[in-house]
Amino acid sequence: MSETDVIDAILDRHRRDGTRLMQILRETQEQLGWLAPATLTRIAVAIDWPRAKVEGTAGFYSFFHTRPLGRYRVLWSDNITDRMLGNADLTRMMCEKLWLEAGRVSEDGLVSVDTTSCTGMCDQGPALLVNYRAVTRMTPQRVEQMVELIRNEAPLADWPAEWFAVADNIRRGDILLNNAMQPGDALRACVARGPAAGKEASSNDRSWRETVVANPGPALALEEIKLSNLRGRGGAGFTTGLKWEACRSASVADGDSRRFIVCNADEGEPGTFKDRVLLTAQPDLVFEGMTVAGYVVGATQGYVYLRGEYRYLLDPLNAVLARRRAQGLLGRGIAGQAGFSFDIEIHLGAGAYICGEESALIESLEGKRGVPRNRPPYPITHGFLNRPTVVNNVETFAASALIALQGGEWFRGIGTSKSSGTKILSISGDCLHPGIYEYPFGVTIAQVLPACGARDVHAVQVSGPSGICIDETEFKRRIAFEDIPTAGAMMIFNDQRDMFEVARNFAHFFAHESCGFCTPCRVGTSLLKNCMDKIADGHGSQHTMNEIFQINRLLQMASHCGLGHTACNPMFDTLKKFRPAYERRLKTLDFEASFDLDSALAQARQMTGRDDAGSHLETQS
Amino acid sequence: MSRMNEQQVFLIDGRDVPFAPGQTVMQAALDAGVYIPHLCFHPQFKPHGSCKLCTVKVNGRPATSCTLPVAAGMEIESETAELKDKRRMLLQMLFVEGNHFCPSCEKSGNCKLQALAYDLGMMSPHYDHFFPDRPVDATHPEILLDFNRCILCELCVRASGEVDRKNVFALSGRGITKHLIVNSESGRLGDTDMSTTDMAMSVCPVGVILKKRVGFAVPVGQRKYDTIPISEQFGDAPNAVLEQTR
Ligand SMILES: Cc1cc2nc3c(=O)[nH]c(=O)nc-3n(C[C@H](O)[C@H](O)[C@H](O)COP(=O)(O)O)c2cc1C
Ligand code: SF4
Ligand code: SF4
Ligand code: FES
Ligand code: FES
Repeated sequence: MSETDVIDAILDRHRRDGTRLMQILRETQEQLGWLAPATLTRIAVAIDWPRAKVEGTAGFYSFFHTRPLGRYRVLWSDNITDRMLGNADLTRMMCEKLWLEAGRVSEDGLVSVDTTSCTGMCDQGPALLVNYRAVTRMTPQRVEQMVELIRNEAPLADWPAEWFAVADNIRRGDILLNNAMQPGDALRACVARGPAAGKEASSNDRSWRETVVANPGPALALEEIKLSNLRGRGGAGFTTGLKWEACRSASVADGDSRRFIVCNADEGEPGTFKDRVLLTAQPDLVFEGMTVAGYVVGATQGYVYLRGEYRYLLDPLNAVLARRRAQGLLGRGIAGQAGFSFDIEIHLGAGAYICGEESALIESLEGKRGVPRNRPPYPITHGFLNRPTVVNNVETFAASALIALQGGEWFRGIGTSKSSGTKILSISGDCLHPGIYEYPFGVTIAQVLPACGARDVHAVQVSGPSGICIDETEFKRRIAFEDIPTAGAMMIFNDQRDMFEVARNFAHFFAHESCGFCTPCRVGTSLLKNCMDKIADGHGSQHTMNEIFQINRLLQMASHCGLGHTACNPMFDTLKKFRPAYERRLKTLDFEASFDLDSALAQARQMTGRDDAGSHLETQS
Repeated sequence: MSRMNEQQVFLIDGRDVPFAPGQTVMQAALDAGVYIPHLCFHPQFKPHGSCKLCTVKVNGRPATSCTLPVAAGMEIESETAELKDKRRMLLQMLFVEGNHFCPSCEKSGNCKLQALAYDLGMMSPHYDHFFPDRPVDATHPEILLDFNRCILCELCVRASGEVDRKNVFALSGRGITKHLIVNSESGRLGDTDMSTTDMAMSVCPVGVILKKRVGFAVPVGQRKYDTIPISEQFGDAPNAVLEQTR
């Protein structure tokens, strides 16, 4: 097949629909290796978008390339947990063996090696992606073998299968991870709550919502969700029942009564991997929760926005969806109810943390750059395609399915009075048993640490870089919305770890992931990164630290979205709690060396091959 | 009934400002002759909310005034020392992010970024320059693009899309690598259908989109903001720049 035939086949499969651009670009790149200028033109013409807009989308996402980046593209996950497991040495080793500079493509166009934001394998690192397939547990031996395979141009299919194995590492389960629900149980329970023979919908093509008045089932299911007091598990903690109710009652003026359910599986917060495990171990629970949401709000279409790093889950998840269709749990007449229609499609992201933010996610789902929208209006009234849309986290949907089956009262009895239910924690870093731990809300950090075999703990980063960093004095605090809210990450640091380096890693993360829409976040995150690098290089001063505080205030005040608001948290927390880690590195506490003449001469020294005393301006003490 | 005729008002820095339903804080303020600094806002386009120069405090909480709908009784702080300081920081960030050599820039004196910097008393760029590598595009017979000065306000994107219906401009990249691109496979302006009569020609607040061969028609010193500060002449009515590009 010629390249243009390949592109056209993909375009046809997606009905030349521009809102499917992300999928079109990914599939095209998977087949052709990269997105050449002529490729983008062809796609733009077919979907009838301005070419520049297509290029704008392609240029936004880390996993799309508009220039060739090698037949093998190796991306090392560069979270602090990968760092702690030695990924820097392994990357260096790989580059040396391939005669390659990190970030560059080899001259024969064979391979490039670079870093990427956390790939969600923190409990089994050092991790990497090769041609966007996840590889775990890298070792020096694996690096050597991998270099051989790349040199011999062995297809990925011939690489050792165990390299691509991703373990669930479920160490403690509770209601979600231990549930014994059969597919369809929750849906049948929903339907049973309505009148035995719910009123027939007038036509299969009409939305279920149109029969809502006649059938009390959806309203009764909503009552259970509200009664449960379930709050969102994605970080912000909005009450799920209220969100669903608002979407269900959002007025649609123009006669288009479509509503949408979106499952946020972007899971980009470094240190978080519980959604990956839920989608691996409990996909039915998640899909069932989405279907319950569709039933409640009257939506007939759902999307899972799955982060590009989890590409390997696409085929297994599609297989589960196909099975559920065959079981009558998706499609038309679900659970035997005429008029109850719902289906789910999986959309892959392409390497952009910001797409976890719900309005950026929706933009991406529409094929655009993942830039957060101006709000109001909110997705519950103006979401996907400007229709009322529920966006919830993977874990929120899983809990919803259980609530639909076992009732809100039951769920409310678990956890604390303000935080009902359980929370799944993704634990990594300095502990013997990293992995997945599900606890009822209200559990203290001090209870979790011994359970995962953590000793001599110095600090815990809860909820990822955008969350909070706590020290020993705070371990009595609880995981709960009323104390320490969390999207699920817990990265543990023992007393040998340098908390400055932890914060510096996070500063690099935010600078790399800022969408660049607003000035404070776009420029400020890069300035922060530079401040941290300056301190690391020994050129920092008290002034640099003040600068960080200043930029922090600006980001808090003027940023467009949560990324900017939280981008300074790691620096702020560690400066407050681990100040010596910074001060140790300051050149002097009150003088600013903004320009170091001697180091400016380093390049000249390198070029002339000199490093004698006479080639230095000052003798370092 | 009498309420119908009573003007609804809100407060900016203690002063009563009337507004019409559906207006944003920025629109109502400008209509009433109250200046709030802005770069990405333009009365003809849907507010964008990206430059954040227009950040104010509403009942004590920060907000973007160009996207915020007014409500009666809102108390807005704008000209406070704290907010001016933050706006100066934002300007400094915009200056170091690009390459702005005002003395040799054709837009000097007509440039809103420069004018705001004067108005807010920005004395230095403060931060280390990024010195990005942004080659100019001189491929169009009549138009020069100097990307070095782009502040990514997307006004040209909006004008070319919404008014000219040509979509000549768009943004690509992400974060600090975000940049303006043009609508052609070669990436060159000369291969687009841009023309000097496009509205996109006249909306750029800085000196990116320039007409060739008309440089310095108005001498420096007699330009729009050379004598009167931007805060005292902020209508976006046709100005020296517009006339000059026609
Ligand atoms: C920068 C940023 C990244 C986010 N990433 C995620 C994410 O990866 N997964 C997620 O569920 N929510 C994420 N959120 C929160 C979502 O915007 C949204 O609140 C959430 O998906 C709602 O679902 P919930 O109510 O079930 O928590 C993020 C928010 C921000 C500001
Ligand atoms: S665009 Fe404005 S700020 Fe930039 S160089 Fe020109 S005059 Fe100076
Ligand atoms: S070229 Fe001018 S109008 Fe266009 S985005 Fe850049 S600064 Fe704004
Ligand atoms: S880019 Fe998201 S906060 Fe500015
Ligand atoms: S003018 Fe309001 S954000 Fe730019």
